[in-house]
Amino acid sequence: MRVLRGLGRLWLVPVVLVAWEAATRAAEDNFFPPPTAIAVRMHEMWLSGPPERLWLTDAAVENIPTSVGRLFAGWLLAGVIGIALGLMLGRSPVLSRFLDPIIEFGRAIPPPALLPFFLALFAAGAQMQIATIVFGIIWPILLNAGDGARHVDRQHLETSRVFGFSRSQRLLRVILPSAMPKIFAGLRLSLSLALILMVISELVGSTNGIGFQLLDAQRSFDLPGVWGTIVVLGVLGYVLNSAFLAAERRLLSWHRAAKQTI
Amino acid sequence: MLEISNLTHTYGSGPGAHHALGGIDLKVAEGELVCIVGPSGCGKSTLLRSIAGLLRPTGGKVVLGGTAVDRTPDDLAVVFQDYSRSLFPWMSVADNVSLPLRRKDMDKKQRRSAAMEALEQVGLEGAAAKYPWQLSGGMQQRVSIARALAYRPSLLLMDEPFGSVDAQTREDLEDLTLRVRSHHNMTILLITHDIDESVYVGDRVVVLSKAPARIVGDLRVDLPAPRDQITTREHPDFVHLRAEVGRLVRGMRSQSAPAS
Ligand SMILES: Nc1ncnc2c1ncn2[C@@H]1O[C@H](COP(=O)(O)OP(=O)(O)O)[C@@H](O)[C@H]1O
Ligand SMILES: [Mg+2]
Repeated sequence: MRVLRGLGRLWLVPVVLVAWEAATRAAEDNFFPPPTAIAVRMHEMWLSGPPERLWLTDAAVENIPTSVGRLFAGWLLAGVIGIALGLMLGRSPVLSRFLDPIIEFGRAIPPPALLPFFLALFAAGAQMQIATIVFGIIWPILLNAGDGARHVDRQHLETSRVFGFSRSQRLLRVILPSAMPKIFAGLRLSLSLALILMVISELVGSTNGIGFQLLDAQRSFDLPGVWGTIVVLGVLGYVLNSAFLAAERRLLSWHRAAKQTI
Repeated sequence: MLEISNLTHTYGSGPGAHHALGGIDLKVAEGELVCIVGPSGCGKSTLLRSIAGLLRPTGGKVVLGGTAVDRTPDDLAVVFQDYSRSLFPWMSVADNVSLPLRRKDMDKKQRRSAAMEALEQVGLEGAAAKYPWQLSGGMQQRVSIARALAYRPSLLLMDEPFGSVDAQTREDLEDLTLRVRSHHNMTILLITHDIDESVYVGDRVVVLSKAPARIVGDLRVDLPAPRDQITTREHPDFVHLRAEVGRLVRGMRSQSAPAS
């Protein structure tokens, strides 16, 4: 039944593709190549390699894993720092009072504005890209972790006091799990931000990666290549988000179920 | 083992201040099961929280086992009223029960078997791998009783522990408390607003007045053991005590002088 309904919603995809194909063929505009041309170009760019490499081309092997690697490195680093700092801020009103203005300021800076600075600091390359990603995506994680840690149920904290939990038990077994639903919301938002910043940082300071390939295609007036890269980015974003949601459903099953019974 | 002297507590200050405790003196001997009964909002939880070191009273002293309570005592467990917020929903029932045992000198296997033993006592050995939210309210409250039992405190505090379960479960849990007491020889302080329950469960019933709470009655309960939900409740002494406690709770003068 669910499969049928899923398929029912998918019927729109071929309709749009056919309409798009017809419209672009009729318009004959170089900036809007027909989907079939894009598909052919995509195949050429990424899937026309030797069979023993699963038909992946050099460009695919070089650019896609590099980009995804940077994205994950930035996301994980921002996750670790953001959660640690956020929990500290959430549990310490004093620290929070001192650091809130700085955080609000840092959060207000549009991350791409820092690209020139990071370029000067690290030169072009992975470090600079990861720094840009971390700086741009850490805020939702940090603020959500802080919020989660601030609003731990009083009775849970009192229970840990009564039963004499150690500091680390209190942090890891009570405060962190309580904040987890909020932290996951932050992590999910920052995952999509990470994709955006990955592309932006590769557009300015890179010699490889999906963003670089996009720039390269644009410079050589390869419009089907530009469109093809955009499609790959869209698919990547969709896959990342779906994988994250699946992981969240598993890890936070207690949260959904507990909410439903109250 | 527990000595409370001239305990007072005021929430807030100035014109909005609320005097919750108005000077409480109470002594509880080792192994006693004392029920504290009083009208809703009179300050029962405030008293319990002062004993547990969860709240710093504005005046007076609580001495437990010879030492003054200024933070949560080591040898004490609490069963909170609100079971749904007292257990950790992200842990299995077995983990909820065994986590507090980490501070005891026990290895993983010993903790596990102590938890299973406690769960068995409350009749929930089959639910060890479940999560609290998969259980009914009465079962969750049994888990939090098991958690307290496994911990083996010398003093067990229970704050209206059966307030929000159905009548049948409530009777089961009352009997469970009595069984626990005879098995472990713990000192138990049980807070309730249910007069019948206080007489049925307690060795002693301490009655608090409306806010600011003071002790207005302290009655010894001498009912034949073992207590039974049907026969004990129709025993003439039970009926008499219940009326007595009821009068005290409603602020009428007692017909016979309080025991203390
Ligand atoms: N943190 C608090 N701040 C202010 N007033 C409180 C606080 N906690 C309880 N009170 C008030 O103190 C009184 C006694 O509360 P409590 O001890 O919880 O009563 P009981 O448990 O007997 O129902 C109530 O009137 C309540 O409104
Ligand atoms: Mg109360």
